[in-house]
Amino acid sequence: MTSSFAAPAAASSSPAVADVPDGDAVRDGELLLRAEHVTKYFPVRKGVLLQREVARVHAVDDVSIDLRAGETLGLVGESGCGKSTLARCLARLYPLTGGSVVFEGRDISRLSRRKLRPVRRELQMIFQDPYASLNPRKRVGAILSDPLRIHKRGNRDQIKRQVGELLELVGLSPEHINRYPHEFCGGQRQRIGVARALALHPRLVIADEPVSALDVSIRAQVINLLDDLQDELHLTYIFIAHDLGVVRHVSDRIAVMYLGKIVEVSPAEELYKRPVHPYTEALLSAVPIPDPDLSARREQIVLEGDVPSPIDPPSGCRFHPRCRYTTEICAQQEPPLVDHGTGHLAACHHPLEVPASTAPRDPD
Amino acid sequence: MTEPLLEVRDLKVSFRTEDGLVRAVDGVSFSLSQGETLGIVGESGSGKSVTVMSVMRLISDPNARFEGEVLYKGRDLMTLSKDQIREIRGTGIAMIFQDPMTSLNPVYRVGWQIAEQIRAHEQVSKQAAHARAIELLAAVGIPRPAERVDSYPHQFSGGMRQRVMIAMAVSCNPDILIADEPTTALDVTIQAQILNLIKKLRNDFGTAVVLITHDMGVVADLADRIAVMYAGRIVEQGSRRGVFYDAQHPYTWGLLGSIARLDRPKPRRLSAIPGMPPSLLRLPPGCAFGDRCTHRFDLCDERPPLLDRVGGGHLDACHLEPKQKKEVRETTIHPELIEEAE
Repeated sequence: MTSSFAAPAAASSSPAVADVPDGDAVRDGELLLRAEHVTKYFPVRKGVLLQREVARVHAVDDVSIDLRAGETLGLVGESGCGKSTLARCLARLYPLTGGSVVFEGRDISRLSRRKLRPVRRELQMIFQDPYASLNPRKRVGAILSDPLRIHKRGNRDQIKRQVGELLELVGLSPEHINRYPHEFCGGQRQRIGVARALALHPRLVIADEPVSALDVSIRAQVINLLDDLQDELHLTYIFIAHDLGVVRHVSDRIAVMYLGKIVEVSPAEELYKRPVHPYTEALLSAVPIPDPDLSARREQIVLEGDVPSPIDPPSGCRFHPRCRYTTEICAQQEPPLVDHGTGHLAACHHPLEVPASTAPRDPD
Repeated sequence: MTEPLLEVRDLKVSFRTEDGLVRAVDGVSFSLSQGETLGIVGESGSGKSVTVMSVMRLISDPNARFEGEVLYKGRDLMTLSKDQIREIRGTGIAMIFQDPMTSLNPVYRVGWQIAEQIRAHEQVSKQAAHARAIELLAAVGIPRPAERVDSYPHQFSGGMRQRVMIAMAVSCNPDILIADEPTTALDVTIQAQILNLIKKLRNDFGTAVVLITHDMGVVADLADRIAVMYAGRIVEQGSRRGVFYDAQHPYTWGLLGSIARLDRPKPRRLSAIPGMPPSLLRLPPGCAFGDRCTHRFDLCDERPPLLDRVGGGHLDACHLEPKQKKEVRETTIHPELIEEAE
């Protein structure tokens, strides 16, 4: 493709995008983002005038994770586990209750709105619902040119040309520029969402359930598009989804969340072959398999009950009330996230199928 | 073979709109026997929901037009009066919907809502209906049913609400349970709970089930027979094993191929079906899937009939010869197989 999106080198030489930073840019494989002890509580208020805080929703509780340039980190968990909140904390769409987020060597967790603006250029989001995340009263041209205008990426003609290129990049036609979002179907709208996120050549794209609202056949198209764009533009993704099949397909590493905590992080294939945390095991066994014979043969672990309320999470290991391996210690002590070899971390007192040599020692 | 419990014959549903006639369901036929589970698979807009809503006579849009017959125990539901159809809903055919958040009334207690249904169909006292509601909540696995019967829907989680919907649907022992995307709004672990519950109720009471879904994985475990719908028509219908292991229609291949599966090694790319479904306003005269099909040839300009081409009651609507299909199927579902061979 002969556009300014073809490669970072071509992009920096193009006059329309002259202020793309290079030189000090993080190379593939180097640390791009480090989150340490990220915590986000939402207050539950009561009362009319005083608005007393009566409780706190522990949406994200002490989460630490590293992200390397060029990789895709999958984030899975059930609704309410805090994966979207964590993503929004990392993108600084929410202020943090505690902890820090270091992005490209810079702590962004306390930056003001104005100081965040250059960070936004490098860190973009794609949202779940392409029906809600595009302004219905703006034409596609305006939706895609807004970020370019705000960040002063050239004059009107240059911006218009870039918008045309963006549309082509995501598989739409430049003629679509004057259409409104409602004139597109779901898959095409999500392509517009992708184009908007890529307008400023970000380093990191956080995709929050980008394909969940789409039909299966369209879903595969959008996943393949995201895959291609990553190769073409050297993107780093954080990919959030509840569909474990989709996450496995796109991710290099996967983090499993439960009730505001990361309970397991592992290289993608490893997680599916050898889950260490009982929650991961149950989650994997609940995924329906489109093969009648296999489906009939396998043993399914059906978790009892629902996810407990994050307002008052269970003591110790948060999964212990639903866990089939639970013992006394699980209710008393919170298990730390320990390495079970080759970057496979899990937080469990009774890790599954882990050789004794790599099993976690007593926390004290 | 025994008389089918439900038989839909050439059902056509169309809606008049400002832009023209939308043919939502275009000649759908299927039958359901006692205790059988039929899975209807299709994407949004394929007409699967409109089909079952029409069977239940739940579409009251004045712009809708219906043709064809829906025979339940030999009676044509399409010709029944409002009162007669109300008799059959609940006791004969019951339905659960996709979104348990909106299908319960938020201002009534769940017990009252279940009891209302029982009292509408049976001459029982309020107390007896209330007691039945508690039994039903227990049967669908709600903990502490005697307390929870007095809760409001917002006090339940999504999975529990769907359990309440199921309790309501089975309260009058229907012959047929129609489940329209019952787990789409739920998490996987909760989905597994609900599917197990439907399975258990089916096995305990011998209820026939029509399960509508877009997820091939859901029907793999539950359905005896599967119908695949595309653009308002059934394009393939057969036994569960037939559809999964000997799929005849290229659209079914596309559906099977576009799933990111956990039970297989990871492919380099997912095999997406190119393009998008046709507008129901302007359906092509030939095969509706033709524009997206990689095996299209000149015969496809004619609409392919739904015929048994491979035997054993396995119907498909594709002009390709079964032999040709066998040759191209695997590489269509898994294109990476070609790449590996090269």
